[in-house]
Amino acid sequence: MTRTVEDTLRMEGGRVLATLIRLTGDFDLAEDALQDAVVEALQRWGPDGVPSTPAAWLTTVARNKALDRLRRESVRGHKEADAIRLLSDPPPVSPIDDRLRLIFTCCHPALSPESRVALTLRTVGGLTTTELARCFFVSDATMGQRLSRAKAKIARAKIPYRVPDDHELPDRLSAVLATVYLVFTAGHHAPHGALDSRRELAEEAIRLGRLLLELLGDHPEVPGLLSLMLATHARRQARLDGNGDIVLLADQDRDLWDHHAIREASDMLQTALRRRLPGPYQIQAAIACLHGIAPSDAATDWKQIVDLYRMLENTTPLPVVAINRAVAEAKVFGPDAGLAVVNAVTGMEHWHLYWSTRAELLRQSGRNEEAAAAYRKALDCDMNQSDRRFLERRLGEIDTS
Amino acid sequence: MPRYAALIYGPEESPAEADPEVLAQVMAEYTEFTDKAGAAGVMSGGEALEDTSTATTIHVEGGKGGEVIHSDGPFAETKEVLGGFFLLDCKDLDEALMWAAQIPGAWHGHIEVRPVIDFSQEQ
Repeated sequence: MTRTVEDTLRMEGGRVLATLIRLTGDFDLAEDALQDAVVEALQRWGPDGVPSTPAAWLTTVARNKALDRLRRESVRGHKEADAIRLLSDPPPVSPIDDRLRLIFTCCHPALSPESRVALTLRTVGGLTTTELARCFFVSDATMGQRLSRAKAKIARAKIPYRVPDDHELPDRLSAVLATVYLVFTAGHHAPHGALDSRRELAEEAIRLGRLLLELLGDHPEVPGLLSLMLATHARRQARLDGNGDIVLLADQDRDLWDHHAIREASDMLQTALRRRLPGPYQIQAAIACLHGIAPSDAATDWKQIVDLYRMLENTTPLPVVAINRAVAEAKVFGPDAGLAVVNAVTGMEHWHLYWSTRAELLRQSGRNEEAAAAYRKALDCDMNQSDRRFLERRLGEIDTS
Repeated sequence: MPRYAALIYGPEESPAEADPEVLAQVMAEYTEFTDKAGAAGVMSGGEALEDTSTATTIHVEGGKGGEVIHSDGPFAETKEVLGGFFLLDCKDLDEALMWAAQIPGAWHGHIEVRPVIDFSQEQ
């Protein structure tokens, strides 16, 4: 019974919070009022059972709790106006899911990317400040400050609580998708500690992706992003061996991949591609799905992967895309073709994957001295413990005699 | 009659951490100045701005109508200098940013958008 209550609270909490923020216009007040309502739900739902419409129950109770709080604080003058507004207006039924407003507000381009990530996970995802601090390797105080600064900016600069108009949507949607993908990559490939030490963030990103699909599924980049995350996350069990060491894609045990998730990702992508509005997430999803359905590294359709990376580089000319393309080009046209791509990349000397990709391609070319030097350069960069152990091992395996 | 803009620079302190007594004194000093300048007929307007944590800086990439690049925070480069300002009456930040992105300075340089303090909303 208790489990049902807690599950219900977790499932409904995000939606209720989003509505409360709309009703009160105040993130902090909404969070406090919801917390009060949850405490009451935990006391009452056990004996009385979960109400048939728990979200409505929580919204009504939390709205009253917000009023109580405002009345207690009404000595502070202008807050009274808010209280009166809350009291006199019946909660308007909105044709738009309030969670959509909340997502667009949390991912507003006037907030820094790190604030968008933190605020989205806190308010839409329901993570606590302590959980967030752990996920992003900062102290509770730092994370608390990041969140309160973002909320203060929303309130004081008057960032509106609304879904953007159609003409604004392409830009604003890409900020939302980028935020969710940042959450995913922070979980899929932790910047510190062990590679998979923040797996819960990847799972949270997938939950957010499913929510976006429900709310904004008409835009093909939305299923594109979810497909990319599902197909990538599907390989998680095979990425590390029994000692916690990294296993390269080529050497992974493909039986450990989650083929059910890969199938879901492929089907979702096929449907999205039929809209004929390709974008960077659909292209990356296509690459991830091609890996996912290949029975082995050798049997992978590398030619098509090269084409997809070239297409991706046209829409998204980023060094990270070029580095990935270099690996694919090397598979099809040999290591020297890959090296030519890496050589054209500039300004990425601080990034371990730039050096380790160069090192691997030099090694394949038989240029072992240069490969060892590049591995050493890679080890000078910042990276997580798993990547570091892996690169040290590769360096040790190179014969430079 | 020539007109001059007097731009106010100073150390930043959030109202929460400011000593209320010091704050009250500064406010009194400003009131004294505005009373005096108002009586002398030299002051045609002026506003106090919210602190820089509320600022958003935009730049329009590739000329008029190009992509709007947003950043959270005040304008922080040293090679460009303050060249002018507009006061925009807008319902929210989105509307203000939409207009700011149409100011030629947005593609020739940057525009920092910061809310004006509305003293009628303060207690």
